[in-house]
Amino acid sequence: MPHASKSPWIIHYDGSSCNGCDIEVLAALTPLYDAERFGVINTGNPKHADIFVVTGSVNDQNESVVRQIYDQMLEPKVVVACGACACGGGVYHTCYNVNGGIDTVIPVDVYVPGCAIRPEALIDGIVTAIGILDEKSKELNGISTKPRGYADAGEGVYAPQADVADKTEEPAEAKAAAQGGDGR
Amino acid sequence: MEEIGIGIIGFLILFPVLIALILLIARKDRARSVVTVIGALITAFASIFLAVEFLGTGTHYYALGPGLTEVINWVTLAIDVFICVYIVVKGLCHHNYKAVLLALAQGTIVVWAEFGLFRGMEATSTLYIDDLSIIMALIIGIIGCGICVYGLGYMRDHERHNPGKDRRPTFFAIMFVFLGAMFGIVFFNDLNWMLTVWEITTVCSFVLIGYTRTEEAIRNSFRQIVLNLIGGLCFAIALVWIGNFYGVIELDQFISMSLDMSAAGYTQITYLPLILLCIAGFTKAAQMPFQSWLLGAMVAPTPTSALLHSSTMVKAGVFLIIKLAPCLGFNIPGFVVMLVGGATFLFCSFAAISQTNAKRVLAYSTISNLGLIIACAGVGTDGALWAAIFLLIFHACAKSLLFLCVGTAEHHIGSRDIESMDDLFERMPRLARFMSIGILGMFIAPFGMLVSKWAALASFASSENVLLLLILAFGSAATFMFWAKWLGKILSVANSGAADVEGRVYRSEWSAIGLMTVLTVVACIGFPLISQGAVVPYLATVFEEVTQGIANSDLWIMAIIALVIAIIFLGFSGATRKKIVPVYMSGAGIDAQERTFKDSFSRELPATQRNMYLTDYFNEHRVTIVGIAVCLTLMLGSLAFVGQSVAAERDVVEAMPDARQVYEETEWSSSDEATYGEYLQNYEYYKEFYEENTEMLEEYYGLTSLPEVMDYVYEQTYATDYSSYYDEDYDEESYDEDSSYDDEYAYDYEDSGSDEETGAYGADTEEEGE
Amino acid sequence: MSLSFSGSFSLFALIGIVAFLIIAPILGCLLDGIDRKITAGMQGRVGPKLLQPYYDVRKLIQKENATVNGAQDLYVIVYFIFILLAGCAFFSGSNFLLCVFILTLGTLFLILAGYASRSPYAEIGAQREILQVMSYEPMVLLVAIGLYLACGTFEVSGIVTSDVPVIRSLPLIFIGFLYILTIKLRKSPFDISTSHHAHQEIVRGLTTEFSGRTLALVEISHWYENIMFLGWVAMFVLWSGTAWAILIAVVVVIVVYFLEILIDNNFARVKWQTMLKTSWMVALICGGLNIVYLVVF
Repeated sequence: MPHASKSPWIIHYDGSSCNGCDIEVLAALTPLYDAERFGVINTGNPKHADIFVVTGSVNDQNESVVRQIYDQMLEPKVVVACGACACGGGVYHTCYNVNGGIDTVIPVDVYVPGCAIRPEALIDGIVTAIGILDEKSKELNGISTKPRGYADAGEGVYAPQADVADKTEEPAEAKAAAQGGDGR
Repeated sequence: MEEIGIGIIGFLILFPVLIALILLIARKDRARSVVTVIGALITAFASIFLAVEFLGTGTHYYALGPGLTEVINWVTLAIDVFICVYIVVKGLCHHNYKAVLLALAQGTIVVWAEFGLFRGMEATSTLYIDDLSIIMALIIGIIGCGICVYGLGYMRDHERHNPGKDRRPTFFAIMFVFLGAMFGIVFFNDLNWMLTVWEITTVCSFVLIGYTRTEEAIRNSFRQIVLNLIGGLCFAIALVWIGNFYGVIELDQFISMSLDMSAAGYTQITYLPLILLCIAGFTKAAQMPFQSWLLGAMVAPTPTSALLHSSTMVKAGVFLIIKLAPCLGFNIPGFVVMLVGGATFLFCSFAAISQTNAKRVLAYSTISNLGLIIACAGVGTDGALWAAIFLLIFHACAKSLLFLCVGTAEHHIGSRDIESMDDLFERMPRLARFMSIGILGMFIAPFGMLVSKWAALASFASSENVLLLLILAFGSAATFMFWAKWLGKILSVANSGAADVEGRVYRSEWSAIGLMTVLTVVACIGFPLISQGAVVPYLATVFEEVTQGIANSDLWIMAIIALVIAIIFLGFSGATRKKIVPVYMSGAGIDAQERTFKDSFSRELPATQRNMYLTDYFNEHRVTIVGIAVCLTLMLGSLAFVGQSVAAERDVVEAMPDARQVYEETEWSSSDEATYGEYLQNYEYYKEFYEENTEMLEEYYGLTSLPEVMDYVYEQTYATDYSSYYDEDYDEESYDEDSSYDDEYAYDYEDSGSDEETGAYGADTEEEGE
Repeated sequence: MSLSFSGSFSLFALIGIVAFLIIAPILGCLLDGIDRKITAGMQGRVGPKLLQPYYDVRKLIQKENATVNGAQDLYVIVYFIFILLAGCAFFSGSNFLLCVFILTLGTLFLILAGYASRSPYAEIGAQREILQVMSYEPMVLLVAIGLYLACGTFEVSGIVTSDVPVIRSLPLIFIGFLYILTIKLRKSPFDISTSHHAHQEIVRGLTTEFSGRTLALVEISHWYENIMFLGWVAMFVLWSGTAWAILIAVVVVIVVYFLEILIDNNFARVKWQTMLKTSWMVALICGGLNIVYLVVF
């Protein structure tokens, strides 16, 4: 039985950006939004983290950093690209020094749109990531049967999750990706 | 048994000297190796043989024949004079007049004492073997000889690093002479002889410290000899005092007599020689304010440091103080000893925190541990002494191991700085493990040092010694600090595959380091057995009742844990089946093995990490000044106080030599002799009485001399007490049953020259009393 | 290997050991959960589930098996074992000093694990852990000495069955002990080597390089450790016989733990200099005065 979903620890990295999303992420982690309800803890350490929250785009300077942090995270791990820049470069897309979104360097699981992202969207993105985390955990530990109550990823596991994610019918990944595209 | 005892003592003292002579002649590398190894092995086995033969058999005193004693007296005198002349010449050559003056002063005293005071004075038992001296002999014999063997490889490297005249023959010869002298210290009961070997160790370490003949080495060797000559001078003065006022020159006699005197109320006048002997011990054990010589001794080659720190020299100092421990305790010398030891322990532990040089850390830790041993001896209870002896044993094993490891590391990584021992676990895997065992052995449970510290704590607590308890609590915390950070440094693993440089280490070095590791571990595991087999029996000869510091079950738990840890450290390969990932470098890491990262200018920089040395808080200089001030005040204050009280009781002091002579001449007729202290109480009065009533006493009592009067008087008082006991409590049955009483009585009775077998004691005294 | 008891008492010792080994992690986990709940409440939020610490550990166990080197993991395992041993020594009513020394040994292995990783962050954490040990060690030894002077024994079984609660003779030592208890529980303002919760302190200090199962083991050790420390608190107030003693002890333990949470939430982390200076000062004044009092009266 996978247990990653109940204790998603995150690490946050801000690439090349205006810092708007960066601040939004940190604001969402303040006691006001109480992310700890979901077991979310901002570890700031890839060795402990399950979810890699990246804001900002990638350039030549930070490309290796993003890759290294990702590499140092232990499986199962999920990457959440937060904000327009992280999803595809955003308004800086055509800048001479910007290489593009995070997915030019590492595989991204969840794209969260917004410039800057809103806390609700962020939490939504994390919760989506939690579902994917569970799937990956199952895969890693060789568990095939889905436990009861896990009808679909991201559904009805937590009460707050239901509020923001219950309308998702299509696979979370696809939807988020579509939203990411919108954001751009 | 007696022949064996004298033989083995003689062998242990003379054989190393013989080896030393051979080593002076054999100048080839190979010959030296063979002679050293054989000599070391034979000496070690001789000490083991001694232990097997005598351990747990109590104390044996041996008297050599008068002729032989006379010869040795002359030999020791010749050595004393030679030492004096040698130091004077050396001092004049190097313009160190302090050493010259001290040597002359001491030489004068010794020669004067030998020709004046000690003429005609005969030591009844010049040699002894007891469990403590056996423990010491094992330490000297096994560890000391191991270090000599280690020296073979080390000194070869040393010569390569320091080209010049090869003076190794002298070096090894002096090492062996040192061992012989140490055996002398632990077996000589005759204080005069002991002073001679005491000075031999001083001179040997003088030569060894100055071995490299650099300016620094010579300066430090003179510092050593000046400080130790102060101790030697104190020893010599104490010796003269004891000889003059007590009329004895045996250590055991001196101790028992001091106890007698204290029991009889003459406490204060026994303090002076005690304190002087303790100061002599302090100088050898490098207690504050004399600590600087041991720190200076670090310039010497590592085998010298190891020898000075673990099995010889400093151990001579603590050995003497442990021997004197029964006289210490709740009195002024006791306070001085425990506070000087305690303060040294505390301040040197603090000073060690701020050191990066591995050998200086070791030196400070040696001094502080010796301080703890001395503080325990100062407390003087059975529990404290138990702790002191164990601290001594474990310190010898673990510290020699550490020194040898540091020496080898120094030759192969080119530094003795702790910071450059980073990653030693990979560069010298075996050595790092041995070093870890040594470090763990020094400060953490379940290894012996900490268990001994535990016993010390328990004994301080039961003697309600608040100051020492506080000192131990804070000092232990400091100890943890400086050992743990060193241990952490050598155990870091970089997966760098750094070149293993161990292949070049000599086999002689490995065998010695391996021996020390085994000794450390075996001593930890065999802790309860050592306690039962050697330490408790020794304490039983000193104290009436001995309680072991820690319950045996706790000791066994500790022993098992020690075994487990040793297995972990020695057996663990470092391999893992897990995936190996590089360390976290904030995502900017470049080379995980080299620990480099990309800085904000895209340059490649190594991440370096130094340990904390807390120099703002534990500044070596400041700590040393405070420590020296405290200890010096204590010593001088106590000397002044004792000097004043001696002056106050001047008449008693002046009467002592005569009283002693009369006491010696007295032929005791009663069943038990008067102690010297009891004797002294009555002496003045009866002396006057006798002088006034000589004729009357002769006429009525048939007493022709003062000794006879004293015997008579004592017998009267004693017999009266005894007969009253006899009247009230004696009954026929118990008399018959109590055969031991019967034997003892009969024996004494025979001694007094009576033919009667069953004459009642009371009747006898009545007769004389008429 | 007997634990220095005889006859009927060894049964209690055995019960103590078994109870500690089984119940302590459960209690410790719940305590941790309650701690996080109360902390959340103090910050005006809902907070995680009560069993959140358990979920965290469960997840960590299922993570990928990876490490920076094998030595680090070995040291953490040894640390865990020694924490268990120390707890067993305490709850079996054995020698208190034995417990303290084994605990220090365990902590040393945690420090070594930090050093072994050779990560700059873990090394800083390890050094700070050494400073923490150095800060609390004098007071812990003085507690042991105080207990001995008050009860005449180091045996825990003897201390908790004395006629009056030992706190009556050791009020100042108890206060000093509470002061360093904050360090031992890894609570702010003294959580300088690594925070008990997964907050950040120079990445995560000592535990930076521990991951997956190794980190889970560290967490479980903390549970055991915390229960043992609360056991130490209880030891001060327990006396022989009545159920009242146990009730009062439980109340005192709860109050003390609440106090620690309160302090945790109300004080910012201090520099190590402050920690070292204040804790030594407290040890010297509280410990010293109380011991002088015990010896004199």
